Parts: sequence; C-alpha cells; structure tokens
Amino acid sequence: MKHLRSIDELGLSGLMGLLQLTDHMAEINQRPVPKVPALRGRTVASLFFEDSTRTRLSFETAAKRLSADTMTFNVSTSSVNKGESLRDTVATITDMGVDAFVVRHKSVGIPWQISKWTSASIINAGDGAHQHPTQALVDCYTIREATHAQSFAGMKVAIVGDIKHSRVARSNIQAFTLLGASVVLVAPPTLLPPDVSHWPVSVSHKLDEVIGTVDVLYMLRLQSERMAQGHVPTLREYSEQYGLTQKRVLALKSDAIVMHPGPMNRGVEMQIDPSDVKNSLIHRQVANGVSVRMAVLFELLGSGSSLGGQA
Amino acid sequence: MSKSLVIKGGTVINRKSQEVSDVKIENDCVIEVGKNLKGDIQLDASGCFVSSGFVDLHAHLREPGKEEAETIETGSRAGALGGYTALVAMPNTDPPQDSVAVVDFVREQGKRAGLVDVVPSGCITLGRQGESLAPMAELAHAGVTFFTDDGNGVQDAALMRRALEYAKGLGVTLAQHCEVAELTKGAVMNECSCCTDLGLPGWPAIAEELMVFRDIELVRITGASMHFLHLSTKRSVELVRAAKRDGLPITAEVTPHHLSLTQELLASYDPVFKVNPPLRSIEDIQALKVGLLDGTIDAIATDHAPHPRRDKEMSLDLAPPGMLGLETALGVVLAEGACEIRDVVALMSWNPAKIARIDNRHGCDVIAGTKANLCVFDPQLTWSVVPERLASKSINTPYIGRTLRGRVRHTIFQGTTTVIDGQAQK
Ligand SMILES: [Zn+2]
Ligand SMILES: [Zn+2]
Repeated sequence: MKHLRSIDELGLSGLMGLLQLTDHMAEINQRPVPKVPALRGRTVASLFFEDSTRTRLSFETAAKRLSADTMTFNVSTSSVNKGESLRDTVATITDMGVDAFVVRHKSVGIPWQISKWTSASIINAGDGAHQHPTQALVDCYTIREATHAQSFAGMKVAIVGDIKHSRVARSNIQAFTLLGASVVLVAPPTLLPPDVSHWPVSVSHKLDEVIGTVDVLYMLRLQSERMAQGHVPTLREYSEQYGLTQKRVLALKSDAIVMHPGPMNRGVEMQIDPSDVKNSLIHRQVANGVSVRMAVLFELLGSGSSLGGQA
Repeated sequence: MSKSLVIKGGTVINRKSQEVSDVKIENDCVIEVGKNLKGDIQLDASGCFVSSGFVDLHAHLREPGKEEAETIETGSRAGALGGYTALVAMPNTDPPQDSVAVVDFVREQGKRAGLVDVVPSGCITLGRQGESLAPMAELAHAGVTFFTDDGNGVQDAALMRRALEYAKGLGVTLAQHCEVAELTKGAVMNECSCCTDLGLPGWPAIAEELMVFRDIELVRITGASMHFLHLSTKRSVELVRAAKRDGLPITAEVTPHHLSLTQELLASYDPVFKVNPPLRSIEDIQALKVGLLDGTIDAIATDHAPHPRRDKEMSLDLAPPGMLGLETALGVVLAEGACEIRDVVALMSWNPAKIARIDNRHGCDVIAGTKANLCVFDPQLTWSVVPERLASKSINTPYIGRTLRGRVRHTIFQGTTTVIDGQAQK
C-alpha cells in the first residue's frame, strides 16, 4: 500500500489488514516503554493547512512510538500566504527527505493532487467534506474492540447529523458498509448531500423513530456556521430534533454503543455528558487513535522492517 | 500590385453549395472561385474543406490585466491556429471593458497582433458589478456590437430589463451568463451523485435554468434580442427551444467542453476540469447535441479561459474556473461527431458572425467579392494535444490524452495567411 487517502481505495482486505495490525500496536502501547524501532530513519511530515491539534498529535505520537522522525508544518501560517503555490511547498518539503506526508486541508482532493507532486506516501488526515480514513479506522477498531465482532454483519449503525459537510460520515459510511453493517443516515434534508440514492444506506429524518433500533449511534458534530448558512433555523431546534438528550439515551437499546468523532458541541448534538451514557465509546475512540495511526504508518513505511526489538 | 493567392483543390462549403473548387484571393478579397485557377502563391487544400473563417463568440483574452495567462497576441495566435478569423473578446479584463478607452485598447492590440479580428465586447453594467448600466450607447458608437457581463450573470431583473430596453435602440446584442448567484455560492461542480461522493458544493442546473427562464420572459416583454452564453443543461435547451417556437429573438451557444466532457472527470481532483458552468451529465450532453441538430443552439463558442499554471495547481475549490478552447474546438466537435460538416461551419462561422453583428466581413459565403477571411481544415486528421506546443500562453487544456479528429490546415485573415500547414505565420 502506497497511500491512505480514502476508505474506497483501501478496500475490505486493506481495512481488515489494518485492523489486525492495530491489535499489535495496541499491545505495544500497553508496554511500560511503548516504543519500537520499526520506522527508525523514516521521516513523517505533518502538513496541516487547517488547525487540528488532536489529529496532528495523534499522528505525531504514533510516528514517535515507531521511532520515526517527525516534522510539522502549519502551512496556514507560512508560505502559502506569500504566493508560494501548493506544489512548491510540497516540492520543498520533499527535498528535505520525507517518506510520508500526513495532510489535513479544508479543500477536497488535496491528498490526490499532492501525490502527483511527490514520491512520498500520502496519508489523508481529512480533506474538506470528503474523506477522513484514519477516523473511520479508529471507529471500526473501537466498535470491534467493544463488541468483539470480526464482521459487522447484522449490526445497525445510525449516523446522525451533518452528513452533507462531514468527511467523517463519508469515510465511515464506506467503512461500516464494507464490514457488513447496515447504515441509516439521520438528518434534516438540508444536511444531507443532494443525491444519496446510490449509497448503500437508508435515510431517516426522525431520530426518535430510529434510536430504539440501532446497535451503534454515531453522533456528528454540528458546526454553528450551518445556522448562518440557513441549513437549520436555530441550533436549539436542531438539538431538539437531532441532539442526544437524556430521554433519548433511555430509548437506546440496553447494549447500544454511542460514538462521536470529537470535538463535541455540548448543548447542541450532545445534550448530556458522555459519561452519563453506559456504553459511550468516546474515550476509547481517542485512545485507539494512536494505535490505528501507528498501524497505518507501519503499513505504508515499514516494508522490510519488523515490529520487534526495543527502541 | 500585390501577390495573388490560390487555395487549390479543396471542397468549398457555402450555404447553398458544396463543391471542389479553387479560391483565388487578391488584396483582402476573394476574387474568383472556380477550376484551374492560378496565382503567385498556391496553397494545397486537397482532402480539405474551405469555409469562411470561424468566429468565436466567447474568448477570454485576458489583456489588459492578466497578461500572465494570455495576451491579445498569444490568444489571437491560438485563435488563428484553431481556424478563427474573429474573436469576441470577453469584457472581464482589468480594467473591464466598460469604457471606450479600454475597448479601443483591446481592438488596437488586436490590430497590432494582426492575426484575427479582435472584436471587443462591452460590459452591460459598470465594472460588471450588476448595479448600473455601462455607457452602452457610447460604446456602441465606438463600434461595440456585443454586450455581456460574462463571468457574472446580471442578477437584478429590473436592471436586466432596462438593459434590454436600452439596447433595443442601439442595434446591439446582449449576452447573458446564466447563473443565479444565490444558488451557486462556493459551487465547484455539477450538483449530482458525484458531488455527493466528493463532498463538494454543487452548482445545480436550476441556477442556470431559472435565469434562462427569467431572461426569456424579459425578452418577451421588451422585444429586445438576447444571446445565451454557454448553455449546459437539458432543461435550458428545452426552454430556449420553446422560446424560439414562440418566435422570440433569442440565440444560444454551447462550448465544445460541454459537448464532450462530463462531471465524473472531477473525481480526478484536477482543477483543469473546473469550469463555469460546470461539466454536466451525459444526459445533458445528449440534449445539447439534439439542440445543435434542431437549430435550438445557434453557435459553438469556446469560452477559451486561460489560467497560469500556478492558479490551476490549487485545490478544486480555490482554483479559478475555465479551460482553453481555441486550438481544440474543431477537433473536439468533429471527434464528437455530433453534426455534419455543413452544420459545423454554420455553428462556428455563419451563425456566430451574425450574432456578433460582424457578418459584413465574417461568416460570408466564399464567393468573388467577399472578404478573404477563410479557414481550410482537414476533417479526418486525428491528433492529440501537446500542451507545451499550444500557442496559448497557458496550458490548461482538458484534452490531454484524448484523440481529436479534424484539424485546421490553413487560415487566411484579410487575405493574408496566418496559418499554413498548421503553423502560425507570425
Ligand atoms: Zn460565462
Ligand atoms: Zn466566459
């Protein structure tokens, strides 16, 4: 595997392979010194055009635990503003000797464009509303860890909220359905993409009709700018219709799982403290982030090296 | 005494005839069409068609203001290589073509290049801001016959109505870029299943169609004539067809790219495929082709829109829309095989000359006494685009890797050969 840009590109066997590899990484992370020399001499550059300290730190921690060198470019504050083209920026960093770029950008397709301009591997850490494949891997791994299920066949997942603008939703729809889950999208019509008829999902506009039937309730973040854009009249109205309230928690099946990719909008899509939910996996999602990203980095850069030894 | 030029052995296409003849040119006029003509210079045209030179209703030549992308000279050369003898220069220059000074400058630069007739269009509104009318009468006096705010549609219906009423007294054509701006904020590609997958904001067909509908109705009440630029959707074609059936003075153009490329290409994330209006579906293409055949669409226009390399080495949302068109138009249209050669000449020369109101010197039958603005093209020759070899200053062609059919061999502008055997002469 050369790049990780979308779940589609990864395919089912790639997805399963990475989930298995994540088990090894999780084991390493349990050790007193969670570090192996597997990627010694390799360099991973995080190229973040959009601020996301959480995701960036997750990747950089993963790289360090595999003994890779890391470089950080917060491009929003550097060269791009000085008229340097994206291509120039990538070429310059490539010349410094980089094996992989971890790329976050507000624009769709940037990871694919960049891969035309560098020989390094590209890991998509989120491109616009398009894809966020490592988040989907984290979520699949987290569900697998909680349910001990190898396949998601027979599992029903509701993804609730702003599907239209969500890269997490697009990656997760692909990943969950690849693994066999049935997915229902729950959102007001204004927060759904224009045409989902070719997606292997069903659609509902009423959370209350769905909530009692699902095994996984996946809540998406609603950004307050959606109100300014007229997608929803008010955040209050949205939260009444689609937010997770105490009452809705009670409507969940007793073993249903609640997830959220973070950061949460308390009082909007989450009207409760996640710790009030018995089966909230939100903290596991964060914890598993590092293991999953270690697996991705090792898969892309670790050819020929083993996971053994002490760093 | 100037030298005479004879084009030998081509099939001359006129409105009511099509036969193998030689064409003799002296000074800037055709002086004889017949058999076995002799002249000081001879150009072989065997296997080729000889027609009036092409007229592009829609070329962004970028000068003044964005000479990094194109100049009037490089754009003219690209035009000549594409068989064009006249280019209507779009007004979204900097400064915009809303004053006599700028319009005169563009025309003069065209003359200086001397490769095609550069016909400056004028803005409908001052600065293309859509707020108040440009000095249309003054511009018309200075020879402007074609007005548009291209790039921006005129959003204000009352202002568009006034522009149409005002234009009626001037004998000029108004041309609308049909896009209701509120519906296309941030739009990158057609609103379709593809934009759903990619998470890109969609440019819905309705944004074009609403304005086509509105302006048809404004034409109906004002009686002024209007031309629709680059129509791209099935329903737009239907609206124009119905308006023409009602006898309204409406004309319309489509671009070669809207006849040949579809929305799915955006999944390559390559901004070379970003254009405004966006590439649409295969159903839209089919409807546009039917429109070409039944006369709903009057002209094929390139919307030639050069952009420097670094502007297109951006993300899809940040890159400017637009693609090159002048040098590939004929090859794309013939490769699509949507219509007969005679229709192609009508769509690329006769009709646009009339719409631009320059049919006194362009788009004329090739007969003794008419201006020698001619195109000689081989309809069968297949070729592929090498971007670095294009005469345009930019390389944003979407046709890399595609085989085109039909290529311009010679172009004659005002009696002078601007292109011989596919090579620009200056
Ligand atoms: Zn336009
Ligand atoms: Zn244009």
